[in-house]
Amino acid sequence: MSNLIKLQNGAAAIVAVDGWQIVRLPVGEVEVKKQAGKVVLFKLTGAESATAEQIAATEIPAGKVVLPLSVWLARKAEFAARVAAGEVGVWLETHELVETLVADQPDLNVFPLIAVFIERFADGRAYSTGALLRSRFGFKGELRALGDVLRDQLFFLKRCGFDAFDIRADRSAEDALASLKDFSEPYQGATVIEQPVWRRHARG
Amino acid sequence: MYKYDQYDQQLVNERVAQYRDQTRRYLAGELKEEEFRPLRLQNGLYIQRYAPMLRVAVPYGLLNSNQIRKIAHIARTYDKGYAHVSTRQNFQYNWPELKNVPDILAELATVQMHAIQTSGNCIRNVTTDQFAGIAPDEVVDPRPLAEILRQWSTFHPEFALLPRKFKFAVSGTTNDRAVVQMHDIGLEFYRNAANELLIKVWAGGGLGRTPILGEVIEEALPWQHMLTYAEAIIRVYNRHGRRDNAYKARIKILVKALGIEEFKRQVEAEWAFHKDGPNTITQAEFDRVAKFFTEPAYAQLADSDAGFDAKRAEEKAFANWVKRNVHAHRQPGYRAVTLSLKVTGVAPGDITDKQLDLVADLADKYSFGELRTTHEQNIVLSDVKLGDLYALWQEARAAGLATPNIGLITDIICCPGGSFCDLANAKSIPIAESIQQLFDDLDYQHDIGDLELNISGCMNSCGHHHVGHIGVLGVDKNDEEWYQVSIGGKQGNDASLGSVIGPSFAADEVAGVVKRLIDVYLENRTPEERFIDTVRRLGAAPFKERVYADRQPGKQKVEA
Repeated sequence: MSNLIKLQNGAAAIVAVDGWQIVRLPVGEVEVKKQAGKVVLFKLTGAESATAEQIAATEIPAGKVVLPLSVWLARKAEFAARVAAGEVGVWLETHELVETLVADQPDLNVFPLIAVFIERFADGRAYSTGALLRSRFGFKGELRALGDVLRDQLFFLKRCGFDAFDIRADRSAEDALASLKDFSEPYQGATVIEQPVWRRHARG
Repeated sequence: MYKYDQYDQQLVNERVAQYRDQTRRYLAGELKEEEFRPLRLQNGLYIQRYAPMLRVAVPYGLLNSNQIRKIAHIARTYDKGYAHVSTRQNFQYNWPELKNVPDILAELATVQMHAIQTSGNCIRNVTTDQFAGIAPDEVVDPRPLAEILRQWSTFHPEFALLPRKFKFAVSGTTNDRAVVQMHDIGLEFYRNAANELLIKVWAGGGLGRTPILGEVIEEALPWQHMLTYAEAIIRVYNRHGRRDNAYKARIKILVKALGIEEFKRQVEAEWAFHKDGPNTITQAEFDRVAKFFTEPAYAQLADSDAGFDAKRAEEKAFANWVKRNVHAHRQPGYRAVTLSLKVTGVAPGDITDKQLDLVADLADKYSFGELRTTHEQNIVLSDVKLGDLYALWQEARAAGLATPNIGLITDIICCPGGSFCDLANAKSIPIAESIQQLFDDLDYQHDIGDLELNISGCMNSCGHHHVGHIGVLGVDKNDEEWYQVSIGGKQGNDASLGSVIGPSFAADEVAGVVKRLIDVYLENRTPEERFIDTVRRLGAAPFKERVYADRQPGKQKVEA
């Protein structure tokens, strides 16, 4: 059983078999940055994600794959046939800009799946990434949250356009389902539920 | 004031259920400390030095008497019989038990209150002028738009985990009392020549370690676009604000790094996509919310009262109180009253459960059942008849709520400091008390006149020391508590940040230092000058000279 929750027509369910393989970069030299003795946990928006060696050394298996953005950008020529077959998705790091992908591939709907890797759950940049993918760049495929995905952030992710949630492996996806229903009638308009509550209902 | 409908109530009820489950999972070990931390913080729960501290939201400082009675009940039932008014107009409890917090929230929900987003890296409680809706200099009542802002910001999905905390202040007066320039976003409502409601938008202000006054990013935003424009600003911030260093993560650092022109360019580019979107406020929605903030049923009165005049002439104590604690009102025959929570010997902003119950009764009896908390940590009854002032004063005085010191040196803004707060470098409450004791003589205080003295126990600046005419900041040096003193800060339209006068002082020296600063002022002031005016005219030099006149050169090396 996977730990992947998908929303389909508003209903959430755990998916038995995913079918997609998330391709990861080989581990490179990790530079530990410190400030005032403390390890810096967050990468700056737009910072470099991978070295040329890592990108070149990334092995791409057969079947449906979700590629790191850096690998897609550097090696896209290799995947033309697989893209046409609907077998290629792309994933972004928390600090990567969706505009980088769009500049390279204006029509995002060639990808059946785009994922955002959430390095730390407390980093809210993925919310803006999701909102932009859906509302500005018209992405219609599956938008998946990967990484440090915990149930208490699911409601926010859902409203920012995510419709698939790969719950962190040490947590129960079954338990997490409940959190998608934390609130019935949110106040503000957002990517999902575009109208604010006062446009959805007569409030007297 | 605003009343919940089914949607507001449902949201708050669902929040209680959500937080109850989060607390259960934490106590059961299903949530790790670092996972629970942002969750409890977004619910105003800090783990403090001795116990958790719970911060309850008071949106734009407005409350009714039932809510105050509930605050009193919670203080009695779940805490040690008192609550604290914070510098963001919220209530804080210093001794609740973590496991009881869901029950406290459930109690609050019954009176349309909550603790949502009172802390954490999210959009915090919106603050405004405590005299909103009654001030003679008010151009636009800020409360309807403040409420619209509150609803929009509550659980905004995209801005739930920002790089750092994010504070709005709104103001609709010619004299800014909401310190809009000190906020991440400050909104100043005004009307143009054509009587259209517009917003002057300030961005990038904030205190903390690097105090910066905000800059104007938009001079004349039509009110309908308030939310979409804020979304554009905060999206730019959410994506590009620094997360690698907590001290550089506020929006002010981003605005400074980019420069206001480039920041504005990015915001405008972003706004092009949001403008006229679904969150654009309609006249109908504005009107729906605005109807909750209409005037109470004022009696038609003359703007004078013979009985009031007589009592004022007879009793000096009453006259003193009127002079300091009673404020102008735009309705003839009415006044606003500040109940002082600044009694010598009590931590600034603290109020007991019994006092809270009495305040609720006073509000019912004299002020249409409504009251306000202030960012100066006092409570305001906003609509009191001139003819009722004497009776109100007597009742308030009997309860220790009528110290005639509003705006004087003992009306100190002070954070909880090292007595409670885990972040503090130094205690602040005992410093406030030592100053209040030294200046306890009322005639002396009144002679000194308008003076704002603000104390923070650390660089987080909850006590707003940067904008105090006199600011005191607790600093840690080799595990000892020291205090840096600054002068020349000011809130308001001509806001300024204070400058540090020199090497810091030990706790028992601070009151004496303040005394010397006051002496220099009293010796040099012109008849119409307040302390801040004299500081601005003379500069800091004569004040420094007096304070450090007899200090040993060696001792001055303890500069922070």
